[in-house]
Amino acid sequence: MTLRLVPRSPLVRYLLVRLALIVPTVLILVTVVFFFMRVIGDPITASQGGRLSAAQLAVRKAAAGFDRPILQQYGDYLGGLVRGDFGTALTDHRAIREVLVTNGAATLELAAWALLIAFLVGVPLGRLAARYRDRLPDVSIRIFAVLVYAAPVFFVGLLLKLLFSATLGWLPASGRASASVEIALNNVAPKTNIMIIDAILYGDPAYIGDVLQHAILPALALGLLTAGVFIRLIRINLLETMRTDYVIAARARGVSERLVVRQHAFRNALVPVVTVMGMQIAMMLGGAILTETTFEWQGLGYVLSRYLLARDFVAVQGIVTAIAVVVAVSSFLIDVINALVDPRVRY
Amino acid sequence: MSAIIVTETTGLLPPPRRRGVPGVALLRSTHGLQRTMLLTGLVVIAVFIIVALLAPLLAPFGFNADRAGGVIFGTQQPPSAAHWFGTTVGGQDVLSRVIYGARTALSVIVLAVTISLLVGVPLGVVSGFVGGKVDRVLVLVTDALYAFPSLLLAIVVSIMITGGRSTPFGGILAAALSITVVFVPQYFRVVRNQTVSVKNEPFVDAARITGARPSRIMFKHVLPNVSQTIPVLATLNASEAILTLAGLGFLGFGIEPSAAAEWGYDLNKALSDAANGIWWTGVYPGLAIVLVVLGVTLVGESLNDVLNPMLRTRGGGTTTADEEEIVLDEDGNQVTGTGLDEVEGS
Repeated sequence: MTLRLVPRSPLVRYLLVRLALIVPTVLILVTVVFFFMRVIGDPITASQGGRLSAAQLAVRKAAAGFDRPILQQYGDYLGGLVRGDFGTALTDHRAIREVLVTNGAATLELAAWALLIAFLVGVPLGRLAARYRDRLPDVSIRIFAVLVYAAPVFFVGLLLKLLFSATLGWLPASGRASASVEIALNNVAPKTNIMIIDAILYGDPAYIGDVLQHAILPALALGLLTAGVFIRLIRINLLETMRTDYVIAARARGVSERLVVRQHAFRNALVPVVTVMGMQIAMMLGGAILTETTFEWQGLGYVLSRYLLARDFVAVQGIVTAIAVVVAVSSFLIDVINALVDPRVRY
Repeated sequence: MSAIIVTETTGLLPPPRRRGVPGVALLRSTHGLQRTMLLTGLVVIAVFIIVALLAPLLAPFGFNADRAGGVIFGTQQPPSAAHWFGTTVGGQDVLSRVIYGARTALSVIVLAVTISLLVGVPLGVVSGFVGGKVDRVLVLVTDALYAFPSLLLAIVVSIMITGGRSTPFGGILAAALSITVVFVPQYFRVVRNQTVSVKNEPFVDAARITGARPSRIMFKHVLPNVSQTIPVLATLNASEAILTLAGLGFLGFGIEPSAAAEWGYDLNKALSDAANGIWWTGVYPGLAIVLVVLGVTLVGESLNDVLNPMLRTRGGGTTTADEEEIVLDEDGNQVTGTGLDEVEGS
């Protein structure tokens, strides 16, 4: 172990290279987004065009610096990003950084719930399918996995809303908490914007229940999508592991089938799930935008689609850029975990 | 698509004695559950294409009509004899919109997949074959784009093309182009990596010695040897294209509702209906999406199983249709790995 940690070890070398790659990745995405969004002109004309006269537009553009050469604006934008300044929204004048912190917390909360659902549903089902390969449980679970992949999150969300909210009346159809709860939680002293933590800090069990109730349907909609991926992954990896020599050896020693699956095969089959988690983060963020719009969950995706419709491209650019950073950093972290878990990754 | 299947399979499967009906060779090489899946998928796709092509004949009304013969349909009417699927909040016939939606989806899929193939494949071959700095930069750029949430990328491109305003003309083309940007990196990665591994094969050297020009080597010798996975990728992409299109439409970035019927847009409009228990405006377009994605996915997975024999389980067991997913994912990792190698090596 100590040998591996000397600076010139393959692991450290791999991680350093991987870390160094974040910078160009983020830079490329920021650049692509910046220039793509400027092809159509400056953001002020885009959002206010038609409402203001040409002279007024020119004044506003000059004030915001949009009349300068594009490369200079690009440089300034990059400089701002390095300082953590993502600009200010044109429509509601919120600082984008503040949007990212407040609404980002909501998205984080949704993603965490969804991941929980994905694990709770995906892991046992994947295991079950592998255990009963090609028999009824396997076939039905695989059909389920394909179905949740084929159904867009917003359609699953709509069905969940129809069933549990409109028809049965068990769960709320939208929002992160009831209006009264939300107002009360606004006054929690260290406000985290992660509703469940705020509710726990507030200490009222009824509020915690209310927040949980609101989270169930969105988490299900987003979580089932990922669960489908988990099912297939775990199933196939478990089947693969079950064919390895050490599992066969365990069987030959007379270890019961249940114990073989649980003790020998299952843990190793989980490793690739970590790998795919990295890719899932990007997919989940995409899914979160749609889920949040479906359930009016006030996260990044929800505000993003509102800014999009208002053609507030400064805000859009800021949010998209932030998401790019999150994706790059999280895929780096996943690679780090991977390298630590699986020695074959370091080459 | 079936034409692709035949041309691609001949190299990999025991060659059929004569070219019969497209897809038969593929079908013959399957059995049991896999054949059922493939057949189901093919039937769904066939129905989808027929509905899309014959939309004006099949749909009882126009996709944007809210009245027929001067009689207004009424808004949010439940399914009835006159309107089998009911009417929308805008008073249009849901059945007609679902049928015309197939047309929109098919046009976008065909355009998006074709354009991405035309851009991604040659780019991958040239980049992989020529190598050097250009290759390294392209790998870095496509890797960055690949890692990014595809829907967001499509939105950004959609803004760039339409200026954030929906234009009646080019709605379908704009949507297709937005999706293309998501797909090009995928084709690029696969084709480029295979080109890199193929370009040192003896037959490439042989071609070079005979004095063939690089362009001829690339497209006559290398391309046929790297294109095996493309049909699978194209099929799987088709299902992703439908989902991305629906996502764009759902967020209001698809096609203007008066220009064409689009399932995602209809689902967005159906959201507020759902809260009031009005199910027919959302359930039908949603089912249409699920059905088409399902059909395309089933075919894609069967194709992959048959075309990539290496993915089959060892020990000759039944081939499982979802094995390719991991391999595709691993492929993705390998791609990243290659990118890393390049940088490390430089």
